Amino acid sequence: MLALEIGWGTTLAIKTLVVLMIIPLGALILGYVFLLKMMSHMQSRLGPMDPGGFHGWFQLIGDGMKFIQKEDIMPDGADRRVFAGAPAVVLISTFLVFLVIPMGPDLVVKDLDVGVFYALAVSSLSVIGVLMAGWASANKYALLGALRAAGQLIAYELPLLLAVTGVVIQAGTMNLNQIVIQQQENAIFGVDWIGNPYILTQFVGFALFIIAAQAELTQTPFDMPVAESELVSGYMVEYTGFRFLFFFMGEFGTAFAFSAIAATLFLGGYAVPWVHGDAANWIGPFVLFGKLMLVAFLMFWARFTYPRLREDQLQAFAWKFLIPIGLANLLFTAFFKVAL
Amino acid sequence: MPSAPDFELERSAMRHLADAQINVELDTGDMILNLGPQHPATHGTLRLVVRLDGERVLAADPVIGYMHRGYEKLTEFRTYPQVTTLINRIDWLSSFANEVPFVHAAETLMEVAAPPRAQAIRTILTELSRISTFILFLGEMGLQVGALTPAFYGFRDREHVLNLIEGATGGRFHPNFNRIGGLKDDLPWGWVSETRQVMRMMLDSCDQFEDLVAGNEIFLQRTKGIGVIPGEIGAAYGVSGSNLRASGVDWDLRRDGPPYLSYPELDFKVWTHPDGDSFSRYWVRLQETRESVRMVLQLLDGLPAGPVMAKVPRIIKVPEGEAWVEVENPLGQMGYYVISKGATGPFRVKIRSASFSNVSILPWLLRGVYVPDVVTILASLYFILGDIDR
Repeated sequence: MLALEIGWGTTLAIKTLVVLMIIPLGALILGYVFLLKMMSHMQSRLGPMDPGGFHGWFQLIGDGMKFIQKEDIMPDGADRRVFAGAPAVVLISTFLVFLVIPMGPDLVVKDLDVGVFYALAVSSLSVIGVLMAGWASANKYALLGALRAAGQLIAYELPLLLAVTGVVIQAGTMNLNQIVIQQQENAIFGVDWIGNPYILTQFVGFALFIIAAQAELTQTPFDMPVAESELVSGYMVEYTGFRFLFFFMGEFGTAFAFSAIAATLFLGGYAVPWVHGDAANWIGPFVLFGKLMLVAFLMFWARFTYPRLREDQLQAFAWKFLIPIGLANLLFTAFFKVAL
Repeated sequence: MPSAPDFELERSAMRHLADAQINVELDTGDMILNLGPQHPATHGTLRLVVRLDGERVLAADPVIGYMHRGYEKLTEFRTYPQVTTLINRIDWLSSFANEVPFVHAAETLMEVAAPPRAQAIRTILTELSRISTFILFLGEMGLQVGALTPAFYGFRDREHVLNLIEGATGGRFHPNFNRIGGLKDDLPWGWVSETRQVMRMMLDSCDQFEDLVAGNEIFLQRTKGIGVIPGEIGAAYGVSGSNLRASGVDWDLRRDGPPYLSYPELDFKVWTHPDGDSFSRYWVRLQETRESVRMVLQLLDGLPAGPVMAKVPRIIKVPEGEAWVEVENPLGQMGYYVISKGATGPFRVKIRSASFSNVSILPWLLRGVYVPDVVTILASLYFILGDIDR
């Protein structure tokens, strides 16, 4: 336990603040490090260099300030309430995911016993926001984008679940904190000094998870919902100002959340094998951050490299390829769990 | 003779009726979608009116003319040297190649021939503009299919070629370097060795695009078998250039047309691809870029000495007559029909530009494809709006 003993109300306030801070901060970090800097260097350019002095670190904050100042425009035919609510729905689902991600043995907002289940459930809420945005915009491009997004997100929910189920079977629990502890304590083939991060045994699951998460985030090999060269920006096309900012934050915040889940499930989360107790609480957040940046790097690397699949090819990829592999992986995991 | 009632027919009629009923109840209607005039996939202001059933295109209708600048009419009020300024804004990516056929037509009418060195330099610059156009295409195609990074490589590598064109002519995009009877200037010092170096870089760049884009599994899935133009249908619509060669038609005006510039002396291969789909258009352009690099290197090796300007009068008056010159431009067949009445300017100029005909196949080609494929096909046809609308 942390040495600090504080009351229930204060804890709640601190937790709420942390979660409210973490999404914009995570979105900023991912946006800056990957979207602005890594992509620029991949494309043999520098990216923003001036704002803030050091390598343009202030650029995104400045962008955010600009978005807030912009006029709030609603299209004429829009369903006004739904249009206004959609970005919030997308963003809220991102906030909700963070409630169960442990950043240390005691640093977790809500230590749910069904943590994995909860995280996957709330992360798919964003589909509703996307559909709302697409439908309420009264724009044909937005509608096409939203319908694509709906089909895609539903199709990729399944491989995501199958990928995670392998981990759940191996750990024997759905509690994210317990999953981390299992990875820290267990041994793989008698070697115990690195614990047993599930990427070693569930590498198929990890690959599935990354691919499916990429599709859930509508990032590039699977970005037809926003496809800027065909649908201009898909469901976001009519949004400006701070509502667009919400979508942007939702996009990168969700990437942050999914990376955190992947890091927790497959890379051992906040845990370093030989650090326990209070020390783990102190370094936990930083360890988790390092691991999630690794996962995010993989995701964004693919995002900036690959062309985009077509909608029907994407569906075929999910149903004919990912889901059978996921089922096979599940079968193998169950077999070894019982046999060993 | 009254025949027995045809039960088979009636049954099918009933079925049709039932179908009609269902269709009325579940009528999903078609959606008319305006792609453009402001749309990233139309590189400019092409407007496509697309009738959609879900994501499938039922009919597509290109609407052109948003950028019509009336160049054919404007030429009638300009002198011959002034006209080159206009026409190098037709296909703005390969402006130098545009100037050549017009100047050539005027020279034919005046019975002046540019000296060999001028011809060779014109050929080099034409091929350079072809390389710059195609290198941009090789990256841009990736962008249209969804990959962001190749586009930047395309712009980056094209820059070197544009620098060369700027070095020789003083203009990056609109050189206006041709004069009737030759060229404005000779090449600057050091240009030849610099060009050799850049050409080697362009070969590397082609290899990179082959790896990065043409070798990408997703790119292949997106382009193979998409937008197939059979050779005879393409030819019937007037599709020309790399688009037609990608459909297996072995026709290149540099080799098959009336001789112009230094092409008859050059040794080059005309690339074709049997498939006629989007990928083969990409592939043919990739090979043609390499071929152009080889042509430039050949020309640099055998660059003749001598003046770059023939003897022409100070005030150019073209004798009465008509001339038709057609050449192989980066985008396809480009031709000028020039009628002169003996004045300082042309009486009438008809411009045959490649993109106009290349785009005319779109209604036929886009029927039945999906919306994402529309973008792939538009990108692979590679048109320039200025070349359509003139």
